[in-house]
Order: sequence, then structure tokens, then C-alpha cells
Amino acid sequence: MTVDHPPLLKTPLFALHGELGGKMVPFAGYLMPVQYPLGVLGEHNHTRTSAGLFDVSHMGQLVISGAGADRWLESLLPGNIIGLGIGHIRYSMFTSEQGGILDDLMITKRDNDLFLVVNAACKTQDIAHLHAHLPADVTLTELDERALVALQGPKAAGVLTRFAPGVENMDFMTYAEMPVCGADCFISRSGYTGEDGYEISIPQDKAEKVCRTLLGEEEVAAIGLGARDSLRLEAGLCLYGHDLTTETTPVEASLLWAIGKRRRAEGGFPGDRIILDQIKTKNYQKKRVGILPEGRAPAREGTGIFAADGTEIGSVTSGGYGPTLGGPVAMGYVKPEFAAIDTEVFLSVRGKQLPARVAKMPFVPNHYYRKKS
Amino acid sequence: MTTYYSEEHEWITIDGETGTVGITDYAQKALGDIVFVEVPEIGADFAKGDEIAVVESVKAASEIYAPVGGTVTAVNEALEEDPAMVNSHAESDGWFYKVKIADAGEVSNLMDADGYKEFIAGLE
Repeated sequence: MTVDHPPLLKTPLFALHGELGGKMVPFAGYLMPVQYPLGVLGEHNHTRTSAGLFDVSHMGQLVISGAGADRWLESLLPGNIIGLGIGHIRYSMFTSEQGGILDDLMITKRDNDLFLVVNAACKTQDIAHLHAHLPADVTLTELDERALVALQGPKAAGVLTRFAPGVENMDFMTYAEMPVCGADCFISRSGYTGEDGYEISIPQDKAEKVCRTLLGEEEVAAIGLGARDSLRLEAGLCLYGHDLTTETTPVEASLLWAIGKRRRAEGGFPGDRIILDQIKTKNYQKKRVGILPEGRAPAREGTGIFAADGTEIGSVTSGGYGPTLGGPVAMGYVKPEFAAIDTEVFLSVRGKQLPARVAKMPFVPNHYYRKKS
Repeated sequence: MTTYYSEEHEWITIDGETGTVGITDYAQKALGDIVFVEVPEIGADFAKGDEIAVVESVKAASEIYAPVGGTVTAVNEALEEDPAMVNSHAESDGWFYKVKIADAGEVSNLMDADGYKEFIAGLE
């Protein structure tokens, strides 16, 4: 029996991945490099010590424009968009009427519009969701002719400034438009590794040239999805579909910091009643926490979390080995009474109850670039 | 001493009644960077094909199946501190456990070095 799958999509950097020896795997409908010959461990360490280049062109790039854009977008998410300054970026999440998370995303306020980056696996449903609520005075455009890459690591700024002078002075979570090797790029000082770095949106016909130029610098190596996952996990960052789902609210997901003060007071986003009630009463059943296993065995997604008395109190939503930490690392949801840092818990791995403790995230310190004020 | 290979990419070196078991160089390459090895307990009895150990790479966990049945007589304690030894020395210092073989006849179902070489050539 054969099952019909839609053909896998290729990013504008597909040929380059092949040339670099990338091991291609299906991911969110795309063929993406999970690793290169350097290997996941080597790629992870390279990003932490030098600079890594990631192809994230599978992610959705959208623009929302029109006089009512800010106010309208606030009706779909709990972030403060009206108060966001031009050239600044905010992390937020689309919520459902039940308070669950439909997707998490980055929003940049530009001179005349809003630039959104959404998850690859959610982009079709996000676009449908936005269209379903789109008022007459707002326009939604999908930038499907642009590639997106991330340059991450302590040497990212030093490298990129050679081709885009000035980027070294950009603050964390700010945005600028400037040419890189003749390509009109959107540059964000942001990322998904916990390191300093940039996300660069490039017209697709120039993407390969820009990437070849960056990879030509001795500090830069191509990094696959495998290391992207271990880097973000050590940084305590959520992966949609695993750590965040329609069954988790922003409060349960420990993302309260992403809900603006005014938004908490006023509401006006899907699921506001449930979410604001959770903030006020602290009455909810689970909370996202970091977990450090005491031994060396990694606890993977789906591993049960137990209290000392043997009661099941939650489960791991992301787990693996943290190369920088040199040991296993995980995050998951536990009952709120077990969410305090240093709480002893047990992980059920292959029939054994392995001791672990609730730990502060990020697991490795982040190195975002923040200007001294 | 002769070394035999299974289709699940384990090797076993036979020395009289005892065999030393590990995974092949082909297997470690396919798994990638190994970060944890769970070896069996000394004294454990198991049958051919039983899940006997677990290897965790940066990406995923993989079960290791016993190439022959028997009783575990020793385990490689060094893998606890240095699991990457399986990557660097898969078919020597990166051994997993020693087994007192229950039925020598089971060895005859395994491949010799040439047979295994041919087997993996067919996988590529």
C-alpha cells in the first residue's frame, strides 16, 4: 500500500546544502539539513564558540499593513504591539478562545507595517487564521520569495559587520534593513540559540550568494536542525508542537513575561478570560519547568515525571543531551506545586526511576547583545 | 579468537565460552555522537535478540540486541564516563559487555568479517 504525501519542498539553499554534505530529512513539509559532516556535537560547539549559519527559510515570513494593523494584531495575541517602537521586535503567541497557544512568533514593527516570522509547521494554519479575521483596512502579504537564515554565535557580529557595517551596534531584538553583498536584507538581532546573532531575510535569488560569502569567512560553519534543537534547549527556548501546544496557555508555559502590562489590564485577545484568570488566581494544573537529570541518561520527549512518592506529576516535552552543559537536559510540564527550583523529581526512563531536579532556565547563560544604557 | 557480526550491527569476539560484544564502526557512524550507553547488569541472563543495551546519541536512543544468548559476566564501566569511546574505538575499547555463551550453535547464524562487509555494502 502506498500513501500519497505532498512532495517535500526545498528552500532556496537546497543545492548549497547538498554541496556542503548536509544530511537532508523531511521537516515541516521541507527537506532540511539535520546535520553536516561536522556532526551535531561539533556544530553545537562551533555555534557556542564561533559562528554558525542556519537555513531557516522553511519558516513563514509575513507582512501586515494598513492603518489598523497594530490594533487588529493585538486582537489575536496578548503582546503589546501598539506600544512597540519602530525597529523593535517582540516575541508573542497566537492564542485560541480556550487560551491555548496556536503558534509562537516574532513581530517586528517597521516604518509602515509589521513583519512577522512564524513557525514552518504552523504557517499554513496561521495564514488561514489571519485571513479569517482580516478587516478591510488591513492587508496580509506572504513573503514567499525570501529566504531566511540565522547567523549565531559570539563571532556572528564580527563577521556580519564586514558585509553590513553598523550591525554590530544593533541592540538585541531590534531590526534594520541594509544591503548585504548587494542583496536587500532585513536584519534582526535575534535568534534561537541563546547566543548573540542575527536573523537575515534575503531575496531568494541572492540567498545562496550571501550564504556562500558568510561561509567563506573562517569563523562560520553551516549548522543543521540537530544542533539547532540542542542549542535552543540549553537556552530554555520553547519548540512549538512540543513545549507549546493548543493544550498549553502562556501562563502554564511560563511565558508570562510576553504578556504586556496593558494587555493584562485590558484583555482583548482570544482566551483572555481564561488566561487573565490564571494570572490572577494562580489556579492552573501544570507549569513548564527546566529539568536536570542527575545521571547521564537523557530523558526524551514523553518521559513521565514522578514525585518521590511515585505519583505521576507530569511529562517531559523536550529532552536530550546538552553538549555545552556536558550532560542531559530537559524541559517539561509538572503540577504547579512541584515547579519550584530544586524540587526533587524522578524520570521514568526504560523502567527505571532516575533522580532529577527542577532547574532554572536557561541552562547555559545567554549572551544577547544589550547596549549599556 | 574470531569476530562475528549481526545484521543489527553488533560484533562479538569469541574466546572459548566467552564473547565480547560491541557495536560496529558502521553503526557508530550511523548513530553519530554518542552521549550515553546503558550496559546490562552483571549476572543478567538473556536470549538471542533480547534488548540488552541502549545507546543514546545526541539525537535519539537506539536499542542494542543480544547477538547470542547467555549470562553477562562483565561490562565496560569506562563507557559511563566516556561514552564517546564508542565513536572513537567502536570495535576495540568501546566494547559493551562480556557474555558466557549459552548455546555455541547461535554463533553459526552470524556473519564473518567478509560477510558483514558485503552486508553493509548492500545497504549503501
